[in-house]
Amino acid sequence: MAERRNDNKNEPWRDPSAQAYVEIQNVTKRFGDFVAVNNVSLKIYQHEIFCLLGGSGCGKTTLLRMLAGFEAPTSGRILIDGKDMAETPPYERPTNMMFQSYALFPHMSVAKNVSFGLEQEKLPKAEIAQRVDEILDIVKMREYAQRKPHQLSGGQRQRVALARALAKRPKLLLLDEPLGALDKKLREQTQFELINIQERLGVTFVVVTHDQEEAMTLASRIGVMNRGEIVQVGTPSEIYEFPSTRFVADFIGSVNMFEGRLIEDLPDRVRISSPELGGVVYVDHGISAAPGANVWAAIRPEKITLSRAAPADASENCARGIVKEIAYMGDLSIYLVKIESGKMVRITMPNVERLAEHERILWDEQVYLSWHSSSPVVLTQ
Amino acid sequence: MARRPLPQPPVRLVGGRLGLWWQLFFRFGPPRWTLYMRHNWAGKRLVIAVPYVWLLLFFLIPFIIVFKISFSEVRLAMPPYAPLWEWVSERAVDVRLNFGNYLFLLTDDLYVSAYLYSLKVAAISTLFCLLIAYPMAYGIARSSPATRNLYLMLIILPFWTSFLLRVYAWIGLLQNNGVINKVLMAIGIIDEPITMMQTDFAVFIGIVYSYLPFMILPLYSNLEKHDFTLLEAAADLGASPIKSFLRITLPLSVPGIVAGSLLVFIPAVGEYVIPSLLGSTDQLMIGRVLSDEFFANRDWPVASAVAIAMLLLLMVPIMIFQRYQARELAGAK
Repeated sequence: MAERRNDNKNEPWRDPSAQAYVEIQNVTKRFGDFVAVNNVSLKIYQHEIFCLLGGSGCGKTTLLRMLAGFEAPTSGRILIDGKDMAETPPYERPTNMMFQSYALFPHMSVAKNVSFGLEQEKLPKAEIAQRVDEILDIVKMREYAQRKPHQLSGGQRQRVALARALAKRPKLLLLDEPLGALDKKLREQTQFELINIQERLGVTFVVVTHDQEEAMTLASRIGVMNRGEIVQVGTPSEIYEFPSTRFVADFIGSVNMFEGRLIEDLPDRVRISSPELGGVVYVDHGISAAPGANVWAAIRPEKITLSRAAPADASENCARGIVKEIAYMGDLSIYLVKIESGKMVRITMPNVERLAEHERILWDEQVYLSWHSSSPVVLTQ
Repeated sequence: MARRPLPQPPVRLVGGRLGLWWQLFFRFGPPRWTLYMRHNWAGKRLVIAVPYVWLLLFFLIPFIIVFKISFSEVRLAMPPYAPLWEWVSERAVDVRLNFGNYLFLLTDDLYVSAYLYSLKVAAISTLFCLLIAYPMAYGIARSSPATRNLYLMLIILPFWTSFLLRVYAWIGLLQNNGVINKVLMAIGIIDEPITMMQTDFAVFIGIVYSYLPFMILPLYSNLEKHDFTLLEAAADLGASPIKSFLRITLPLSVPGIVAGSLLVFIPAVGEYVIPSLLGSTDQLMIGRVLSDEFFANRDWPVASAVAIAMLLLLMVPIMIFQRYQARELAGAK
């Protein structure tokens, strides 16, 4: 989704003069001895869908709750639209939040839930009714306006929660695991609806999720969090293709990691000798690391080719092994190959041809793995 | 996921470490006795029957006896009322229903005013109980689990002392040369002791004090279940803390308010000890009238009629509660 637009206007983070809408400056949050959020600085721009991605307990929800005003930072500042939010209680912030549990008011109908925020603004009744209808139309819940939350399915509740959060037309919408409770099909469908709604209303979204697929689909940028710190910020493709640390590479998608030592370090190419691979990894781009340093070559499973015959140049970027496991996933198959050094390597192959049984590589066959020299990412930490 | 086809071990029924019988047991499973019991257990009905039998024996039958007495005539004998029916001959039964007792309640001013006064006292006491109990219950429900148990303990603690003793203690506090008056005079706020005993005020104090836990506990058990994120959501949508309370917490706690109010109101209407000890002798509450009729007047039929009338009066709020609860249940489906 994010790759559709490439000019600076749609990628304001590339423009140094752009004004950030949300600015998180050196924010730390401690609960007793536990540091939930550790010195996080972030800039989020208008009309972005920014995803905070991380495992459970990494501090992403705490960060979101600090934006909403439910928690106060132990140190650091949060600016929204250039204003310091330290003294602003949640009910005076220009943000609205969609809660993970949805937090719909059980004693109010769908329409009442949605109008709750508008009533606090003391708008005229007719305008409230009109805006409620409008927003329920957007989430396709208009015929359920008079139902109570307990009469709705999980997906419908999620729509109501979204409608309620959008009803006040906030500049900044915070979403805490918005699609967590939905099944896979519904989740995919809703992801695209969320993007449509976001583009239509021009709201800035900050989404917290532990689901990397969700983050990849929704986000214009992803901030990967680990143990209270932001590890890497970038577009989904940057995060996937150019992870900055082993944690990110491992967290987003799956990856084969080969530990090794730099044996050749030139500006346009490097060679890594890896005992784990039992050979040499040749990379066609330079990296910044001390010669002789310990590095890791990370190769994505889909970038490795599997063949019965040895490749033409088997001296580098190549390994031989035996197929141990095959998982047929329909669109692709996952192979686990034990290479000669004893390490298990994960390879995915698209099932382009239909049921080519005699062609397919099967269990216990000897195979060669090879990859292009642009594929490995060299990580130093 | 496709798996490598595993060689299947041949099925052997003999051997293994556990022997043939265990193999059979695990292969064909244990007997389905749980399912059988679930379908054929007579005990389920027995368990349900216990409370019904209890209510029948100790509530319905005594009620019928009292109901019967309320239709008979008083007479100086043992028991002090005439039987409802008498065998005149072998074939004829003489049934005498006497509605006079009920008519008497309406004609004598004493009863109507006692009823109204009881309702008034109970209603005002319930209101004050609610006003005091709500913040307490809310505070307890919001406190940390460790201190919460301590607070609940403190609320239940007075029950360890005799109820009568606690009401007597209030006499010591409220009377003219009691603790409160002495302290106030010592500080110099008042010169003359304030008369607090034998007033409505004393009755309210007594009832509110005695019945407060019955208001706090149902309110607490309701408030404790509230989802705190609802208040966060309300705040997020722009509602100030007061607004959030009025629009979210209060409506959601109505079942607790109703339950607590009934638990206070119903016994307060028939309260006997507190008004007897603390209240004035000019205005009687219905409980006092009832006991006077039974024990001082020995007019069992009129006393029974008073009891039945009081019961009917209390049926109204109970039925309102029932209807409310039924609606809640229907809404929750």
